Order: sequence, then C-alpha cells, then structure tokens
Amino acid sequence: MSAMTNLISGIADYAPMLVRKPAPKFVSREGNRIYGIVAEFGETPAVYKAAQAVRDAGYRRWDVHSPFPVHGMEEAMGMKTTKLPLIAGGAAICGVLFAIFLQWITSGVLYPMVTQGKPYAAWEPFLPITFELGVLFTAFACLFGMLALNGLPRFHHPLFSHERFYRVSNDRFMIAIEAEDANFDPDKTRALLEQAGGDHITIIEEED
Amino acid sequence: MTARDPDQQNDARLTGLDAGSQPAPRPNRTIGGGKDDGTLIEDPGKRAPLVLGDRSFGDVTDIVCGYAEAPMPKPWLAMFTITSTIAALGTGMILYLIITGVGVWGLNNQVDWAWDITNFVFWIGIGHAGTLISAILCLLKQNWRTAVNRSAEAMTIFAVVCAGIFPGVHVGRVWFAWMLFPIPNSNAIWPNFRSPLLWDVFAVSTYATVSLLFWYMGMIPDVATLRDRAQLRLNRGLSRPFAIPMPVGKDIVVPFLPRPDTLRALIYGFASLGWRFSSRHWHRYEKAYLMLAGISTPLVLSVHSIVSFDFATSILPGWHTTIFPPYFVAGAVFGGFAMVLLLLIPIRAILPNFSDLLTLRHLENMAKIILVTGTMVGFAYSMEFFIAWYGANQFEFEAFANNRVNPNVAPYWWAYWTMIICNVVFPQLFWMRAMRQNPVVIWIVALAVTIGMWFERFVIIVTSLHRAFIPGEWHMFFPTWVDILTFVGSCGIFATLFLLFLKFLPVFAIAEVKVVMPQSHTSDDH
Repeated sequence: MSAMTNLISGIADYAPMLVRKPAPKFVSREGNRIYGIVAEFGETPAVYKAAQAVRDAGYRRWDVHSPFPVHGMEEAMGMKTTKLPLIAGGAAICGVLFAIFLQWITSGVLYPMVTQGKPYAAWEPFLPITFELGVLFTAFACLFGMLALNGLPRFHHPLFSHERFYRVSNDRFMIAIEAEDANFDPDKTRALLEQAGGDHITIIEEED
Repeated sequence: MTARDPDQQNDARLTGLDAGSQPAPRPNRTIGGGKDDGTLIEDPGKRAPLVLGDRSFGDVTDIVCGYAEAPMPKPWLAMFTITSTIAALGTGMILYLIITGVGVWGLNNQVDWAWDITNFVFWIGIGHAGTLISAILCLLKQNWRTAVNRSAEAMTIFAVVCAGIFPGVHVGRVWFAWMLFPIPNSNAIWPNFRSPLLWDVFAVSTYATVSLLFWYMGMIPDVATLRDRAQLRLNRGLSRPFAIPMPVGKDIVVPFLPRPDTLRALIYGFASLGWRFSSRHWHRYEKAYLMLAGISTPLVLSVHSIVSFDFATSILPGWHTTIFPPYFVAGAVFGGFAMVLLLLIPIRAILPNFSDLLTLRHLENMAKIILVTGTMVGFAYSMEFFIAWYGANQFEFEAFANNRVNPNVAPYWWAYWTMIICNVVFPQLFWMRAMRQNPVVIWIVALAVTIGMWFERFVIIVTSLHRAFIPGEWHMFFPTWVDILTFVGSCGIFATLFLLFLKFLPVFAIAEVKVVMPQSHTSDDH
C-alpha cells in the first residue's frame, strides 16, 4: 500500500466528507469493508508472547490493546521510539524565546519604567518568567503532541463496534491486525492468532 | 477457584453493578486500628504488596468504578449539603467584598497583607503535594505513589482554585485584575516584569495549568474505563433510570429523563477523547507522562520559591532572608502531605474496599515524608532565628525575639508557639513505629500540621508587618467576621470540589495501579 493511499485513508478516517476511502482489499458478505481481525487474551504473558509472534510474522499495521501499559511491549511489537520529545523540546525553546521577547519588548522598549535604578532590560529579573513559560509551553506540547501523534480525539472507530472490545478497559487484552496490512490474509492471520493462543477471534467490519 | 466462563463472570459482575456494588471486602481488613495489614514488612529483601486481598484486574476496576457509579450515598449527600452551603457562604463573602470594598476586611495602614495572603500561601502550599507525588515520586520510581497520586492531584487543583481567589480579590477593584497580565491596552501600560508579584502571577497560573493538564492526562484512560462500562450496561439493558437523590427516604425516579449511563457514556466518552487502550498510544502516553513529570519537578520547586520572593525581596525585617525559598518549599510539601492524609484516612475508613489499594504502608510512607519535611521546617525556623542573631541586624533580631517568641512583649507569641508545637513537635511522634503505623495518630498529626502551617504563614505575614522600623508605624491586626467567613468559605469550596471528585471521577489511577500488580508482569515466573 503506497504512502499516498495511506494518507487518503487516514484523512478519510477523520473527515469522511473530504475524501473517499480507497477501495477495500476485503469485504464481508454483506458488502461491508473489513477493518481487520481481533483476538483476545486473558493474561499478560500470553499477549506478550503473541505480540512477539505477530511481529515476527512481519505485520506492520496492527496493535495490542491492553488495560494498562505493558512493560516491554514496545520491543515485543517492534515499535519505533516516538518523536514526542523533539516536539516538546521545540515547544520549550519557543516558550523561552517568547518569554524573553515579551519581557524585553515591554520592559525595555514599549514601557521603560525606573525600578530601583536598575537597567530597563536587565536579564536577571526575567529568569523566573522565562522558566515558567518554557515549562508551560512544554506541558501543552506534551499533552497535545501526544494526542496528535495518537490521532486523538477520534470518537468513532471500527473497534468500538465490537462489544467485547469494551472489556479491554477492564481486564482483557486484544490484538488487532488491520486488513490494510500487506501480509493480511483472513485465513492465515486467523491461524496465526489461533496458534498464538488468542480466543474469540473475530473479523471486524466497518459500517459505511 | 472454580473455572467459570469469563462471559458469565463478566455478566454477573455487571449485573451486580446495578446497585453500585463492590467486590466482597476482605474479611481481615483493618480499618482505623493500628494492626498490621500485611504491608508493614521490615525485611528489606521482601517487597510489600501494593494491592491487598488477592485482587484481580477486574476487582480493581470494580472497586474504583463502583463508587463512581453507585447512586449518591446518603452520607455523601449530607456532607455535600453542608460543604456546598459553606462554599456558598464564602462566595457571598467575596461578593460582599467586591460590592463594598476591601475595608470589610481587618486590613489597616500598617498590616496591609493579613488573612488574605495568609490564606493564599496556605492553599498554594497545600497544592504542592499533588505534583510532588505525581512528578518527583514518578521520577524516583516510587511505585506506591500510584495509590495516592490521583486524589493528591485533584486536591492540588482544588487548593490552587482556593488560592487563586485571594490575590484576585484583595487587589480591591477586581475589575482591574486583568492588569496583572501583559495584555496590550489603550493606555499603553505594561506590567513591571521586575516585580516578584508579577513572577507570582506567572508561576501560579503556570502551576495551575500544568497541574490540570497532568491530572487530565492521567485520567484519560480511567475515564475511558468508566465510558466503556456505561456503554456495556446500556447495551445489555442493565442501567438504572434517572433518580433525584433524596437526603432521606427513597430517591425519586424520573423515567423520562436520560439514564445516568447515557449521560456517562456521553460525558466520559467526550472527556476520554476516544481512547482505545492501544499499545502504540500507551507508548507515547508514557513518554508524555515522563516528560511532564520531568518538567513538573523543577516547576513545583519554583512555584513556592517564587511565592517566597514576594516576601524575601522586600526589606522588611522577618521577610528579608535568603532561607525563604527552600524553607517555603519544604513547608509546602509538609503541609500538602498533611492535607492528603487528612482527606485520605477518613475515605479509607468510609469506603472499605479502598483500604486494599491504599494500605497502611502508603500511610506510613507519607508519615515518614511528614517527619522529614517537618524536621526540615524546624531546622529552617531555628536557622532563621540563628541568622537574626548572628547577622547582628538589630531590627531583624527584634522582629524574631520581641515580636514573635517572647510571650512577655510579643503580642503574637501565641501564634508563634502554636506554629512551633504543631509543625515541629507533633511530627516528631513519627520516630516511633507504632505511631506512624496508626491511622488515627497520623490523622491527628496531619490535622495539627495543617493548623500549624496556616499559623506559619500568619506569623510570617502579620507579625513581620505589624511592627516595622519605627514604633509610630506599629499597629495590631484584628480579623473581621468577613475575614473569618471568607477563609471558612474557601475551605467549603475546597471540600465541595473534593466531594464532587470522589463521587464522579476515578479516585485511584486504575491503569497505574494495574501496572504495579504482579499479574502485569510479562513473564510467568513471578
């Protein structure tokens, strides 16, 4: 699947009024687009091993859903480290520069005011606010950068149509492999998940 | 344990949830008593369990969500009625002040900061425990923090709300409060960035914002859990109809209003932003959490340092000292932990299953922090006094010896000695193991510390101001009824917000508690 199709498909997830999704690879008997296949696991070690198996089978568009962040799952899934720290660092620099500019332009240029005979634009008294604004910008970047990279908020998702998925927030683990993955094959993928010990293996359809 | 179909088990549990039911409490739990609950192991080779009673992941979810989903309990309603009345009284006092002017307070020419700024520093200090627990203890990998961080962060935000009221209204003409912020205006006047009071505006508003973001981010997965449970109950026809809670007797059912679960699915659904518990999301979430913890750690230390600059950068004897920043930070952590304990110990007794998640070990750990920070505060008191003598500044020495300590000449000696007894003497009880393992004793000490910390700010502010350099400037401060009721009202606002939090939001960080349970390990050999 090319990068362009991926992009169009991603835009269609959030703004279906703008673009149509590319033609699906698999459809159900009723003609619905197939989102993917999910398998449930009851224990942390089981889902951890299953994730390693799915990674080794060469899948790329898949995910593990767990009620809490499982330690070491990044490695078991073969995930790349997130770029979030770069975003946060950039925001920190912006915050610091903005604070310095704001204080310099107001105290030094726009409204110079004699205070205890000190220079108008001395840098020392600007330090506390420079620090605070740096922290403020970083904090916003952390939360909103995390949400943006995660593609949230997204209130509608094919997985929410699967009732058993709601138990992931309680005590179950779920592996979902998307139909858009190049390796996806309804029978082979199901066999892989069965072999990995998953139960309640279900095909998820998208309702258009 | 007999093997049951997980579907059946889940259905049974959800059916039980109809009445806001809880998993069965452990038979041997200890509430209020000083007995060991199995977590007070002194053997360094053994790790004390963080969750008691052989709880499963599902049990933890049920315990925390059960209370948030249950119909409003009668004691909660009674408490809420009282606290919201007090909060309304406080709001009325603020309105009265705005309508009439700051003259309704006991401030005078000499003591122009008194209860208002005392209350401000008191509340902002209390607000420091939440971020300390979530940020510093997170960086130090203290897993026990998972049981207390959510409620401590909530407490932080509510305390900052209370703190924000006082500097906001004590400026007199509150409709000019926007002048605190650097907003372009037609007079071409800008705030003075060389004033610590302006640093304070930035520090406190940054702190409030970052704490709120931190709290909200931590809650996204847990609110998603509440959303999913509400949706499941709706799907299976298990949800209750809307009922107007009554303080006595049966609740009045209103069938034509939307069911509470419909509202939950909507509101919690909106607040959880469509969180799907995806591992790819968790990875970025954990990174974001770690970075927030990293930047909140210096932030929490900076905020009370900057609050202390309000005083330390002046030339007033008793304020003009370099020890203020570390001394204020230690005091803030001290007072904040005391407030956490003051709130959590009764909750642990009232909601029995919470004592499985919040064990005696947690209380003991916090008691140890109280002891450490209390001793630091005591050291700061003595060092302040020592420097007043050693520095050979006559005015500074007088400010301590004859304005605070000496009962024969200092009018506010009782405030000073209340502070010393509550803040320095009481926490020393925690050197004894039996004392720091007894929730009742911890609660009493926490109460003493909270009182003592209010008096500390009163001593710093009022006793330094009431006698400045020349006797012609000397003036006593007497609070008016408006002063007193505004402070009481701010306590009401705090308590009301906390009660709302207890009822409607996940009081424990469900996902984080699950991480520290042994079942979360990825290998079988645990």
